Amino acid sequence: MRTTERPAVPPRSSAPLTLRLNGRDATFVVEPNVTLLDLLRERAGLTGTKKGCDRGQCGACTVLVNGRRTLSCLALALVHAGDEITTIEGLANGGELHAVQAAFVEHDAFQCGFCTSGQILSAVAVIAEGRAHSDAEISEAMSGNLCRCGAYPNIVAAIAAVQGAG
Amino acid sequence: MSTTIERPATAAPVTHVGRPLDRIDGHAKVTGAARYAADAPVGDVLYAVIVQSTVAGGRIAEIDETATRAVSGVVEVLTYRNAPKIPAFPFDFTVPFAEQLAPLQSDEIHYDGQHVALVIAETFEAAREGAVLLRITYAPGPFQATLEGAHETELPDNFFGNAMQVRRADPEAAFAASEITVDATYSTPVENHNPLEPSATVAQWRDGELIVHDASQWVLGSRAAYAKAFSVDETQVRVLAPYIGGGFGCKGFFWAHQTLAAMAAKVTGRAVKLVLSREQMFTSVGHRSSTRQRLRLGASRDGTLRAVLHDVQGESARVGAFFEPAGVVTPMLFAVPALSVSHRVAKLDIPSTTAMRAPGETPGTYALGCAMDELAYACGLDPLEVLRRNETETDGESGLPFSSRNLLACYERGAEAFDWSARTHAPRSMRDGGELIGWGVAAATYPAMRSRGEARVTIDAAGTIDVASATHDLGTGMYTILAQIAADALGADPRAIRVRIGDSAFPLAPVAGGSMSSASIGPAVHAAAERIRREVISIATSAGASPLHGLRADEVHVVDGILRAKDDPARAIAYADVVRLGGSGALEALGVAEPGKEQEEYSFHSFGAQFVEVRYDEELARLRVSRALGVFDCGRVLNAKTARSQMIGGIVWGIGMALLEETVRDDRYGAVVTNNLADYHVPVNADVPAIDVLFVEEPDLKFTALGARGMGEIGITGVAAAIANAVYHATGVRVRDLPIVPEKLLGGAAQAAWRK
Ligand code: FES
Ligand code: FES
Repeated sequence: MRTTERPAVPPRSSAPLTLRLNGRDATFVVEPNVTLLDLLRERAGLTGTKKGCDRGQCGACTVLVNGRRTLSCLALALVHAGDEITTIEGLANGGELHAVQAAFVEHDAFQCGFCTSGQILSAVAVIAEGRAHSDAEISEAMSGNLCRCGAYPNIVAAIAAVQGAG
Repeated sequence: MSTTIERPATAAPVTHVGRPLDRIDGHAKVTGAARYAADAPVGDVLYAVIVQSTVAGGRIAEIDETATRAVSGVVEVLTYRNAPKIPAFPFDFTVPFAEQLAPLQSDEIHYDGQHVALVIAETFEAAREGAVLLRITYAPGPFQATLEGAHETELPDNFFGNAMQVRRADPEAAFAASEITVDATYSTPVENHNPLEPSATVAQWRDGELIVHDASQWVLGSRAAYAKAFSVDETQVRVLAPYIGGGFGCKGFFWAHQTLAAMAAKVTGRAVKLVLSREQMFTSVGHRSSTRQRLRLGASRDGTLRAVLHDVQGESARVGAFFEPAGVVTPMLFAVPALSVSHRVAKLDIPSTTAMRAPGETPGTYALGCAMDELAYACGLDPLEVLRRNETETDGESGLPFSSRNLLACYERGAEAFDWSARTHAPRSMRDGGELIGWGVAAATYPAMRSRGEARVTIDAAGTIDVASATHDLGTGMYTILAQIAADALGADPRAIRVRIGDSAFPLAPVAGGSMSSASIGPAVHAAAERIRREVISIATSAGASPLHGLRADEVHVVDGILRAKDDPARAIAYADVVRLGGSGALEALGVAEPGKEQEEYSFHSFGAQFVEVRYDEELARLRVSRALGVFDCGRVLNAKTARSQMIGGIVWGIGMALLEETVRDDRYGAVVTNNLADYHVPVNADVPAIDVLFVEEPDLKFTALGARGMGEIGITGVAAAIANAVYHATGVRVRDLPIVPEKLLGGAAQAAWRK
């Protein structure tokens, strides 16, 4: 369990928050203006989730909230009390990569890797949503996740491979 | 420690090099374990948020910090009134300061978006709130942020070794003698790099030493700049950038926010994390300058060039020096008997322009590539045939032969793979149902550069092989390539090799720019690893306790980290055991590689051919790239998988450039208005079709013993021309002003053609 307090300064009307983070209860005391993204990165130490824009335009901050892909930069942390949050750190099964993670490596579905956590979580959800039946469908469903390195064709190939194997 | 200077003489043995090995940093990247600058696990950190000017000229009249300082958690507010003094930056590119302006040193405003204050707080939220509440009043002054009306224009002679004003033979006479002339002006807009990782710096001072986790494409350049800015010795600064979330040029030079982070850490005595917002990325880390390029081609009726005039008009910041040298390819790409290339640069009150993926070559191959297509149509010839007819073996600028040039082969393989012969010449002549189809082609090129590079290879008594160099992996595949090179030299498994890069404490490496990292560091790693291999074999054949004792070096080979007698495989010893036999805890060697005399004998360039299909739905004015093929001649391919990805990335950038990307300034205020990813459109997944990449692979052994010429930038060159040419072929409309957004296709000719 992670408990984080910020006692150095009296926070403005902070409140306790408990959520299920990668399968464990985690408790924080946070101010109302803390986003889920900043909570994960700056207070829970889960820096795998990235901030590319902080305004819902890039997808780098995508996490799963109760299984739904969610832009954590547009979500206030306190709203998610009790929710099940899955981040990239919680996806692998111990040492074994999730099928989407392994496919991303095999198909070279990234270059710099900065968009990758968001792409992978989005991909997991897109497959679960049943929207990965063709390359065109994958492209469309994955268009909320920008990749400035331009790994798109390989991202599509990786997801199609997992869908095909699944 | 031993040192070897690599001489490009023999071909390296190749087993792992070239293979499509998965990235060795892949696991870290798919599990979130890769730590980028803002992820640095630095405890007790303060957060800094920058406040930027909202006027483009004048002065700061008043600053009211009351509300900011009242925010719980705000620790300090830095402005020109209380910021520590910083010496004026030297500005000769010996230290990579991007701007002459040291931040927070005066009340003067030089451009909209200039950093004017820094709010430092215990939490990011408090710093952000404090920044919003800071009240700055300006006494606005005059500024000039547009090319129109610019009163200060420079005619640069030289740009990083390239002549900017070139005259060859007698162009006027050659134009007069030309049977066909094309004369057109092309323009490209301001663009921003927008790597997905915003620039970030986490800085802390410990006992007079500065440690910085930095989103930097040049850890040693940044180290030099920090040292200058804070008047400390370079040995007192350490810059770390093991992972960089893309850079494309905007993390190569040293920017003001880096100074600010280190300054804040100094003032507060704490570690400080400063991450630029996406909005700030548009004015804080450079942009690609807009260009206006006049291309005049004179040719014979058969499409062979007789004369070319290329006049480039661009912009540069008054506080900076970089501009877009779009004329660099024109003197070398085709056979051109008579030539005039000129560059005019307007000095403006804007943030600094900087290098962005193939600066110069990108807009240059666009304009020249479109002009060549216009020439083909003026001659009534196939555009690819006209490219072929202007092929050259010699670099017309230097007069030197190309070390290796397989552009004709690129055209040929591309034409075949793309089925170019099925193309019908006339515009608007190819259709698929309701969609017009256009096929376009253009040449790609980028120089092959290298610089002195060093790498250290170590094997310890556990047999662990370690490769270290101050180079970088921006997503380029550097980690993996270096492991492959070391593996080949050592007879080891590349996945068992640990590569450490992105640390200024490691051996010398140049900026991750100019596509020169692999050619600079690869040979250094090869040299160091070869040296270690020789030492290991020498110990194994001379030590009495070794099963290989008494053999000659050439009677031993190494496979998978085990040394064996060639004719008696049972006589074997592992690297680890040899190291132990040697009596030292580890064996280590420094490899050094640098360019030599070959630079005076050959011109080194990579080449390529870009083929594109576009589809245009006239009813919806919907334009899409539906197929793209790049065929490249870059020497040896070091890793087929990452090389392909690099090229795909470049082509995706070309799609963005051709159809989407434009940074718009409001000319009344000199302010960027498209400063977010909803208004500045980078390609999304659905904008990008299947992309094919082929390599015409001839190792360039005149360049380095590895024969690889670098791949970071060539992929984008020529793409925008191929797309614009395809759009003309599809629609009959020549759009000479990027990006080709639908409204540009709805005007004049398109509408007329549509109506008839
Ligand atoms: S950081 Fe959340 S969408 Fe960009
Ligand atoms: S891998 Fe770099 S942004 Fe996608």
